[in-house]
Amino acid sequence: MIATPPEKRSLFKRQSTLDARTTDGIFYWSTLGFSALVLLLVAWLGIQLYSAASPSIHKFGLGFLTSSMWSTSDDPIHPDTYGAWPYIYGTLVSSFLALLLAVPIGLGTAIYLAELAPKWLRTPLSFMVELLAAVPSVVYGLWGRLVLIPALMPLQTWLSDHADSVPVVGRFFGGAATGQSMMAAALVLAIMILPFISAVSREVIKAVPPTQREAAFGLGATHWEAIKGPILRTARSGIIGAIILGLARALGETMAITMVIGNAPNADFSLLSPAATLSSKLAVEFAEASGGQQSALMYLALVLFGITIVVNACARLLIWNMSRQVKGSTRA
Amino acid sequence: MIFQRLCAAGAALCFAAALAGCGGNTAETNAANDANSASTTNAASSTSSDNSASTTTEGATSLSGAGATFPAPLYTKWFDSYNQAKNIKIDYQSVGSGAGIKQLTAQTVDFGASDAPLNEKEKAALPSPVLTLPTAAGAVVIAYNLPGAPKNLKMTGDAIAKIYMGTIKTWNDPAIAALNPGAKLPTTNITVAHRSDGSGTSYIFTNFLASASNDWKTKVGASKSPTWPTGIGGKGNDGVASAVKQAPGGIGYVELAYAKQNGLSYASVQNKDGQFVEPTVDATTATAEGALASVQKDVTAPIANSSGAKAYPIAGFTYLMVYQTAKNPAKGAALKEFLKWAMTDGQKQAAALDYAPLPKSIVDLNLKSIDTLK
Repeated sequence: MIATPPEKRSLFKRQSTLDARTTDGIFYWSTLGFSALVLLLVAWLGIQLYSAASPSIHKFGLGFLTSSMWSTSDDPIHPDTYGAWPYIYGTLVSSFLALLLAVPIGLGTAIYLAELAPKWLRTPLSFMVELLAAVPSVVYGLWGRLVLIPALMPLQTWLSDHADSVPVVGRFFGGAATGQSMMAAALVLAIMILPFISAVSREVIKAVPPTQREAAFGLGATHWEAIKGPILRTARSGIIGAIILGLARALGETMAITMVIGNAPNADFSLLSPAATLSSKLAVEFAEASGGQQSALMYLALVLFGITIVVNACARLLIWNMSRQVKGSTRA
Repeated sequence: MIFQRLCAAGAALCFAAALAGCGGNTAETNAANDANSASTTNAASSTSSDNSASTTTEGATSLSGAGATFPAPLYTKWFDSYNQAKNIKIDYQSVGSGAGIKQLTAQTVDFGASDAPLNEKEKAALPSPVLTLPTAAGAVVIAYNLPGAPKNLKMTGDAIAKIYMGTIKTWNDPAIAALNPGAKLPTTNITVAHRSDGSGTSYIFTNFLASASNDWKTKVGASKSPTWPTGIGGKGNDGVASAVKQAPGGIGYVELAYAKQNGLSYASVQNKDGQFVEPTVDATTATAEGALASVQKDVTAPIANSSGAKAYPIAGFTYLMVYQTAKNPAKGAALKEFLKWAMTDGQKQAAALDYAPLPKSIVDLNLKSIDTLK
């Protein structure tokens, strides 16, 4: 084995190139198979959701999306009436607010870690940020309920007492301070998606070719100008990708949200009032649902599926559009 | 020490197996003597008599149930005591009334437990008729978080209904102030908390509101999961309690035992006779006694807001549901034995866990219907 004669080795080599050709084929077809499997899974999921939801789809049609009434078969006054609007609203608004908070912080962290931070700080800080991603969502939920909400209460009470009467801002802080609210949900979500945005953005910024950086400095650019100009522009499509990853997480997050959002079908502007999202509604009701309620919940799941697909498609378009504009981008 | 116990357990097992074996053998020979028919029918009859044989040897059967979380502490205690007394193991999953009914319908458990009797739709879904038995009564308390306010604020059904419909919005509302003369009530907004999951506690609570307020009856109604006009939804007693604790001005409904264990302050509620009554075990028994006439006609009749000067109005029974004809006769017989025990010895354990024991006449009624089980 150890002392192989030279001619034998060359034979072995030839053998291996022959093997390589066949293994190449196997490799090609198997990877193709795996990709097809993923596609098949998504299609199968969609079809299953549709067929489970079809009684509700036939009964309520597209009006389901705009109706706000959700009454189970056990409700004596208006049994088996379902509408998804408060949950669609809750999902979109909580995710949007979470992005609003997490994008500046996440991007700032990424820029600092990739460009500015001293070497000794980089590794521990990156580790900390990535650690946030490893915390299970039920822990975020518990933390939100036991730590964050009590800490938010004074602020919420103050906002409820004072901001209510301010003309435009008041709309966002109307009603009583309830603790479990859209505000708490958006904050918890923002913390949960922060590591995704910052970790991916950091990698993207690091991947910008050093020539870009050096060219900018060579032209007399300051550090800030170099980052603002060539670096961020080159990394832009990758950063958008990072944000989309965070958004996808935010749209689907269930456990933590259910624990802090207050589970009430409100679609008003107030950040202080409790709300509900598509996934929190599913989590709360699915265990005990049957018949019409189950089918309506499947319809909700289908809507969430649709929203995720639309968001991802928009993101792809955006990235594609950008990479066409920026020539010489590292991430085409 | 442990080794000795293991040996003893092993010996007991061997003995039990030997007994069961004997029973099985005799049954088989009986079956063989009975019929000289085809071998398939012979096999079938021998297995069925095998089952009935195993019931005569005690300790061979185990039972399973699922359902309400409300009586779970009491049931756990019952099953533990019964296992010690009769050596029959009963597993109970406290998954919620709705899920319990679902499992009963699917026949994956021997009995279901719910705080709300089966509605027409649920009855229609069952494969065969089910017997519903009240097992104990429980009170639902109105817990509140109002810094500086007195303990045991006085409340009426009408005021609670208005709070839960969102028409009373602040604690210093004249309707609440009039009930509590002299109490210092702040201007704090009321934060309403209710269950977000289908719950027997909600059923008991909304039954009371529907009987105390006509507005509630026509606009919301009594249900395990009504369409709440306002408020925060919490999952389980814990979800409601934490929503109440966190919001100054919070109000919510939880079961008595839960409120006591967590040190929540709760209201005295006006009953049908106009008295303000604090929720206690005795006051809950009084409620059940006050509703005797309607319960004797139909055991599933709600008892909330019954008459009686000492009755606490927000109370209800919790029920066990068993198939009238058990799928597995051996398990059916074991369950029958257990239910009889629960109606007699079991009732004595209720009060210590903050559940009200059933009045004597309802126990008698139950025992009669247990006898009809097959």
